[in-house]
Amino acid sequence: MSSSSLSVQGLAKRYGDFVALAPTDLVVADGEFLTLLGPSGSGKTTLLSLLAGLVPPDEGSVRIGSQDVTYAPPYERDIGVVFQNYALFPHMTVEENIAFPLKMRKVAAAEAKRRAREALEMVHLPHIAGRYPRELSGGQQQRVALARCMVYKPSIILMDEPLGALDKKLREHMQLEIKRLHRELGTTVVYVTHDQEEAMTMSDRICLMNAGRIEQLGTPADLYFRPRSLFVADFLGESNILPAALRNRSGDEVEVRLGGMGVSGRALANGNDLPPGAEVRVMVRPQNLTVARNAGNAPDSLQGRVSEVMVTGSLTKVYMEPLDRDLPPLVAAFPTRNEADAVRIDDVLTLSWSGRDAVVIADVIADAARAAGTA
Amino acid sequence: MTMTHAAGAKRHSPPPVWRKPVLMGAPLVLLLVAFLVFPVGQLLALSVYNGQGFTLAPYAQLFASSLYVTVLWITLKISLATTLVSVVAAYPIAYLISIAKGPAKSRLIFWVLLSFWTSFLVRAFAWVVILGRNGVINSTLMSLGIIDTPADLLYGFGAVLVGMVHAMLPLAVMTMLAVMENIDRTLPRAAGTLGARPGTAFWTVYFPLSLPGVAASAIMVFVSAIGFFIVPALLGGRKETMITQLIIDQVQQTLNWGLAGAISVLLLTVVLVVFVLYDRVFGFASLTGESAVVRNRDTAMRRLGGRVLAALGSASDALIGLLPRRHPIRGRAERPLALTVFVWLLLALISLPAFLMIPLSFGKGGLAWPPSGFTLQWYQQLLDSPIWMQALWRSIVVAFGTGLLSMAIGVPAAFLMVRGQMRGKGAMLAFILSPIVVPRMIIAVGMFYVFAQMGLVGTVLGLVIGHTVVAVPYVVMTMMAVLRNYDTRLDLAAQSLGARPLAALRHVTFPILGAGMLSSFLFAFATSFDELTISLFSSGGLSATLPKQFWDEVTLQVSPVIAAVSTGLLLFVATLIYVADRLRRRSLAS
Repeated sequence: MSSSSLSVQGLAKRYGDFVALAPTDLVVADGEFLTLLGPSGSGKTTLLSLLAGLVPPDEGSVRIGSQDVTYAPPYERDIGVVFQNYALFPHMTVEENIAFPLKMRKVAAAEAKRRAREALEMVHLPHIAGRYPRELSGGQQQRVALARCMVYKPSIILMDEPLGALDKKLREHMQLEIKRLHRELGTTVVYVTHDQEEAMTMSDRICLMNAGRIEQLGTPADLYFRPRSLFVADFLGESNILPAALRNRSGDEVEVRLGGMGVSGRALANGNDLPPGAEVRVMVRPQNLTVARNAGNAPDSLQGRVSEVMVTGSLTKVYMEPLDRDLPPLVAAFPTRNEADAVRIDDVLTLSWSGRDAVVIADVIADAARAAGTA
Repeated sequence: MTMTHAAGAKRHSPPPVWRKPVLMGAPLVLLLVAFLVFPVGQLLALSVYNGQGFTLAPYAQLFASSLYVTVLWITLKISLATTLVSVVAAYPIAYLISIAKGPAKSRLIFWVLLSFWTSFLVRAFAWVVILGRNGVINSTLMSLGIIDTPADLLYGFGAVLVGMVHAMLPLAVMTMLAVMENIDRTLPRAAGTLGARPGTAFWTVYFPLSLPGVAASAIMVFVSAIGFFIVPALLGGRKETMITQLIIDQVQQTLNWGLAGAISVLLLTVVLVVFVLYDRVFGFASLTGESAVVRNRDTAMRRLGGRVLAALGSASDALIGLLPRRHPIRGRAERPLALTVFVWLLLALISLPAFLMIPLSFGKGGLAWPPSGFTLQWYQQLLDSPIWMQALWRSIVVAFGTGLLSMAIGVPAAFLMVRGQMRGKGAMLAFILSPIVVPRMIIAVGMFYVFAQMGLVGTVLGLVIGHTVVAVPYVVMTMMAVLRNYDTRLDLAAQSLGARPLAALRHVTFPILGAGMLSSFLFAFATSFDELTISLFSSGGLSATLPKQFWDEVTLQVSPVIAAVSTGLLLFVATLIYVADRLRRRSLAS
């Protein structure tokens, strides 16, 4: 049978009137790297704290392996937690910090020392065993916190925005480091972050949260290319979201009509089973929009006037006002090229996309209701 | 197939939420109910109950002659004057400490703490030596030929005021400092970038923010002063009798408990009125160093206050403008020289009196100034005296017991106050701090009455309990400050790493809080070691503590041995502060 290392059923937490986490179900597979992603206040840290046993739930249950640990204190769960500020003990040396969980598990001192050294080597810091936490740089503290968490091989490691305090370069380096450790140890990791790029880079699956509930759970590609709601589409990277009406359907693709000028296009149905004529949204990522000059004045092509051009290093972004006033501003992105064919402000360009790169988002009304409810 | 009934699976149920808070808070609450509320209640009841039934006779006696009202008036006058002078003098000291950094700050704090912890008795007695007919001032003036006959400096309002301010100034500084340290240093600077000159920035931005501290220290000083008896008894004449002395007379000489109770009611009423006024204006939160929410929305008052402060600001700016412009030395923190000199002068003034005891203790001429010759005879006499040695030993035992008991019941209560989530926390904190608010004399007399019934008078246990009642609020307050700075995620981290709650306490929480706990312990220890009011009654005739022995000695027969004892106490306190500071630094360094 497929082993789930962690499963959550109907888990909920309220603080007074504030619903920190609405009843939530979640299953994490053995060895999986799952990221809880969401804006602040979305419930991701609450969920993590419930998993760690740092706060008691109001209802629901948590199982780790085959054990019900819903109300078990943290020290009786087979977990490791990496805290946002690392929570290294300031009065202990690095080695004592790392040996601490072993000492709590009554491992003999010599053995604990050996394993602490081993853990330090795993994070490439064998030479700092005798130092105190405040003598370390942010990145080193981060590694020590990881080593302290790995040394006793918990079946699940929970990480609460562990890279939040590091600068961009170091953060990217540590992302790779954490991935490597995850691969080498094969431990289940539940990782909290509000940084969508970090979530995309690191996760097997992303659990995107909003307003105390799970918005969508899936692989990074699922969430990025096949968002089920406007929130998901909007949260993960830049997107163009166009109002549209459904027309006929063929296979898993549908034809849609955009705006008032009769522009038509294709998009993935994305599991939606709506009748023709239904009001939906179509989402296209900027890099999937193809830009062309003077493609004629075909009445059903989407055309826009360039309002801004930004070169962001490897990508060039072009912001456009569609000639059809019913459509919102659009952004297209393509690899930065030489200046010869550079796009200039006020150029009129033709936009197109492949049906496989656009998706229909149907729950517009549900989204609107939710947005109104949380506002 | 499911694994719901796999081996080892156990179902935990949530523990009852009320159990922990009760265990943590109950001992302290019980102690205060049994040895604060009950005794004070008894004493107050004695004023209307004479053994047979209800009576108002004590109150009739109280208002029959003008004596008590006059004394109350004198008491209020002395207390208010003391408060005013102490707060005004404390402000620059606290301000300089709050802006100082590194060793300069430590030095300033050391001298304030030294005065703070030097026994009230030593400090009051020092003024007797300074102001006496053969004292420092008279001798100096006469030897300079300025006066021919010694002036009567002692036993007057001036002497009492000097002694009282000296006694209360360190307390005023420490209370104010708690608030000033929390004022955001960038705010006056921001005012500067917005165009405010330094004087205006200070009076319109910094000063209003520091007001809760001023108010807190004013009320602390006032309440302490109104219940004080050492200074007026040693330095005051007949005209400077304070109401506490009347209570002592009633209890020790006429044994008139009813009247003592009635006077206590009078005193307590005054204190309560002051506190209610204080709470109306500032709120009690400012007492514990938390910045109070501004509740005063009286716009007319606010506008007037604003105008006064603005005027003060432009006035001081005009004054600063008159001075030649100094170019600040580059790379040095700007600290006004005049302020530094003034503050050190004040600190010298409050430190010197106690230090005068050192030369006197080695002099042959007794307590007359200037000291002459060199002798160790007073120390010899002290060491040979079984009474003094027993008193010292008893004081040490009681202080240790008080320290331990206060920690045992105060630390859990502090944890509860900082971390607990429960209703009525504010009320409970107010109750825990109430021993500071109720005049010490009333507690002492009530306790004496109850101890007498329980056979606790003259016992070490009685003294430990009594001292714990007055020391435990300080333990709770210092521990609360320490706990607020403690990152609770460290505990959670320890638990997530497998430490059970007790192991987490032992290996993580306590080691990190160690220095703070030690200073709490020392606070309780020192409070007990210098406690006189409770010991005055409850230590019994033959089992005096050190302060009680000191008191008996200075009120009955003055001998140079006192100077030797004072020197010893001064050294003891200085060592204690030094060691505590070193420990604190070492724990920060590791």
